[in-house]
Amino acid sequence: MKVKEILTEKEGEKLFLLGNEAAVRGALEGGVSVVSTYPGTPSSEIGNVFYKIAREAGVYFEFSSNEKVALEVSVAAAAAGLRSFVFMKHVGLNVAADSFMSAVYTGVRGGMIVLSADDPSMHSSQNEQDNRIMARLAGIPLLEPSNPQEVKDLMKFGFDLSEQFKIPVLMRTTTRISHMRGVVNLGTVIQGKEKGYFKKDPSQFIVTPAYVVKMRKELIKKLNQIEEKTENSPLNKIIDKGGREIGIITSGSAFNYVMDVVSENNLKVKILKLTFSYPFPEKLVLDFINSVDNILVAEEVEPVMEKEVLAIIGKYNIKKKVYGKLDGTLPRIYEYNPDIISFGMAKIVDKELIKREKFSTKLPLPLRSPVLCPGCPHRATYFALKKTIKKLKLKEEEIIYSTDIGCYALGLEPPYNMGDYCLSMGSSLGIGCGFSKVTNQKVISFIGDSTFFHAGIPPLINAVHNKDKILLVVMDNRITGMTGGQTNPGVPVDGMGNPAPEVSIEKIARGVGAGLVKTIDPVNLKEAEEIFKDALQFKGVSVVITKHPCAMITDAENRKKGISIKYTINQEECTKCLICVKNFTCPAFFIEKDGSVNINLLLCDGCGVCVQVCPKKAIEVKK
Amino acid sequence: MSKESDRGEKMSMKNIYKIQLIGVGGQGTIKASTIVGEAAMKKGLNVVMSEVHGMAQRGGTVVTELKIGEAHSPLIEEGAADLLIAFEPAEALRALNKINKESFVIANSVPIVPFTVSLGISEYPELSSIFDELKAKIKNLSIINAQEIAKEAGSIISENMVLLGAAVATPEFPVDKDLVIQSMKENLPPKSIETNLKAFKMGFEAVKM
Repeated sequence: MKVKEILTEKEGEKLFLLGNEAAVRGALEGGVSVVSTYPGTPSSEIGNVFYKIAREAGVYFEFSSNEKVALEVSVAAAAAGLRSFVFMKHVGLNVAADSFMSAVYTGVRGGMIVLSADDPSMHSSQNEQDNRIMARLAGIPLLEPSNPQEVKDLMKFGFDLSEQFKIPVLMRTTTRISHMRGVVNLGTVIQGKEKGYFKKDPSQFIVTPAYVVKMRKELIKKLNQIEEKTENSPLNKIIDKGGREIGIITSGSAFNYVMDVVSENNLKVKILKLTFSYPFPEKLVLDFINSVDNILVAEEVEPVMEKEVLAIIGKYNIKKKVYGKLDGTLPRIYEYNPDIISFGMAKIVDKELIKREKFSTKLPLPLRSPVLCPGCPHRATYFALKKTIKKLKLKEEEIIYSTDIGCYALGLEPPYNMGDYCLSMGSSLGIGCGFSKVTNQKVISFIGDSTFFHAGIPPLINAVHNKDKILLVVMDNRITGMTGGQTNPGVPVDGMGNPAPEVSIEKIARGVGAGLVKTIDPVNLKEAEEIFKDALQFKGVSVVITKHPCAMITDAENRKKGISIKYTINQEECTKCLICVKNFTCPAFFIEKDGSVNINLLLCDGCGVCVQVCPKKAIEVKK
Repeated sequence: MSKESDRGEKMSMKNIYKIQLIGVGGQGTIKASTIVGEAAMKKGLNVVMSEVHGMAQRGGTVVTELKIGEAHSPLIEEGAADLLIAFEPAEALRALNKINKESFVIANSVPIVPFTVSLGISEYPELSSIFDELKAKIKNLSIINAQEIAKEAGSIISENMVLLGAAVATPEFPVDKDLVIQSMKENLPPKSIETNLKAFKMGFEAVKM
C-alpha cells in the first residue's frame, strides 16, 4: 500500500491499515478540516500520514509546538464550526490538560475528537497512565476502539456525537491498537469546510467564574444525556457464548485477548464489550451483572471499569464476585496478552485451559539496548563535552546531568553516563534550576530542539531571572528525531510541507538574557571543545546550541545525491587503543575475533567524526 | 513444498495461522510482515498484525506478529507460532518461547552483533552453539545465509525478501506465492523491485522442507 491510498482509495475497498492510519482515514471520512498534534509514540504515525496527504486532502495540518497549543488550535477550529482532530501520546494530554479540562466546559460547535494514545507497559514512555481516568476527571465522553476498523468507524461516530452534544470527545487507544494492523473496510471521504466563522458568545467561551458555574451545570446535564446514549449504543455489545457462570466486561485490546482465549478454549461465557465506555452505562452493566453468576473485568491498565462495576454491585446490594485486578485474578500493572488473560481465567473457570509446551534457551542472549545511530551528531556533542570536562579536571560526582525527552537521553548509557535526571518534556531545565539553587554541583542540562520549543523556554527564562548557574546544551538536530522525523518550529518547513519561518533558538536564548550563547557544529570536535571550555567555566546561564542535522536527514540526502562515503581502519596504523570503540562508541565499530578493530560498512554513515577521535590517524576514507 | 492448490485447504483445517517475525531494527521485518498481511487480505482472509515503533526500534529487537484467520488479537500465545521467521540467529533463540516442536522455522545465519558486546556488557553466543540448539529443538528448520543470497540477487538490502521467499516456501504457508509477489510490487519501490523479486525467488528456492 502507498500512503496516498489512505486518502484516495474508494468506498467499498479494503486496506491493511495500522490503527494510526485508520484514524487518518476515519478523520477524512468524518469531514475533518483541521488537524493538529505534537508527535509522540504511539500516536506519531497519524501525523506522518497527514504531513504527506494534508494538502491533497484539503485539510489544514500542523505540528504544533506542544500538545497544549495543538489542543487549542483544534478547539478554536471547532468553536468556529469546523470539525477538528487533535492527537497525542498519553502524557501529551498532561501538557494539554489545562485547556482540555476547560474546553469540555465551553464545549464546541463543530465536532472535535481528542485522541490519546496510551502506552501500557511503557514501550516508549515515561509512565503508564490510563487516560480513561482523564476522561472521568474532565467529564468527556470516551471511545475505546479494539482494532483499526473500529478506530476508523469511531472517528466519524465521534464527530457526530461531538456535534450533537456540543462537547469534545476523547478516543483512547493503546500501543497495541495504534500499532496494530488489520483489514479496514473503507467508507466515503468527505471534504470538510475550508473556513469557519466564529460567532461571538462570551457566555460560552469565557471561563470566568460567573460563566463557568453555569457551564459546570450544563456539563453534568450533557453527561447525563450522553449516558442514555451509552446505555443503548450498539457500540456496547453482548457476545453470548452460551453460559452464565462468568460474565466478562472488557474493552480495547483486552477485548481481543479475551475473545481469542474464549474461542480457542471454547469457553461458555458471556462477554460485554464496552466501546462507548464513558459515561459508564450503569443500567446496561447492571442488567449484564444480573444475567450472569460472577463477573470478570478485563481492562488495561487501571481498574477503572472494575471499580465502576463494584460501585454498581454495592449500590444495588448484589452478592456476586467481581474478579479482576483488585483481587489479583489479573495483574495490576503492564499490558495484557492472550497468555496473561488465559492464566487469569484459568483461576476462575471450571475447565482446563489449553497450555502449550514452549522452548527456552540457556545460551546468553545479546543485549540490544537502544543506541544513538551511527552518524548521530549527539554522539559528537557528548564526546566533545566529556573530553572537555576531563581536560578541566572537573569531577563527575560534582556534575549533575539533567537530561530530557528525546534520542539524546540515550547519553545516559555508558561510556558517557550523561543522564542523571529526567522527568518530562522540558524538565531538564526546571530540574536544573532546582539543583543549581540547592547544591554546589555543576548543572548541565540537555534538551533537543523540538523539546526546547515545546517546554524549554519558560524554564530558561526562570533560570536567567533567578540567577541560576547552568550550562544548557540545546542539541539541535533540525528535526523531531525520536518519533521518526517530524518538523518543528526550528526548521524551514511546516506541517503542510510549505516553507515556513525558522525560529532561532540562539535568538530566543539571547532574547531572554542568557549570559553566554554560542552555536556550534558538534562534528567539528576541536571547535566544540573550545566552546564547551568557556561555557563550563561561565558563572551564570550559558547556552550552547549544537546544530547538526540528524543522521536520518543526512543519510536521506546522501542517498538522493548518490553520495556514499565509508570509512575504514588502516590496520598498520591502528594500535588497538580502542578509543573509537570504548570511548566514542559508534555502533559501526566492532572488534574482530583476533582483537583487531574494524568498521561495519553497512552501518557506517560516513560522518567522519571518528577520524578526529582516533589519536593515531588510523581511520581513513575507504577507496 | 506444498502445492499452490493445497493452500486454501490447509488454511481451513487450521483456522488461524500464526507467524512470528523477529529481527533487529533496520532489517526490514515490518515491511516483510506487511507484505504477508496484504497478501492474506487479497486472498480474502482476515489478518491482524502487531508491530513495534519508536524507542523500541533504535537498534533494538524488532518483533512483528501476524495472525491470519479469525483472530482478534495479533499477539501470539507462547508456544503457538506456526511459523517463525528469524532475521538474525540470536534473535531466533529469543523467540523460542513462541514456538513448539511442530513449528516451521526460517533462520538467517548472519549475525548482527550489538554494540553492547564490543563494550563488554553483554555476550553473543558462539554461532555454532546457536545452530546446534536450534537444530536440537526444531525439526522443521531451515537456516539460510540470506545476506549471501541477497548479494547474489543484486543488493544486500534485499535480505528481508530472501527470508520472505523462504517463508513462503514452507509447507502450510497459508497465502499463495503469486499474491505475495503482487503485494511486494505494491509495497516496494519500483526501482528496486526487480532485485527484490530475484531475492524472493532465490529465498523460495533455498528452502528444502
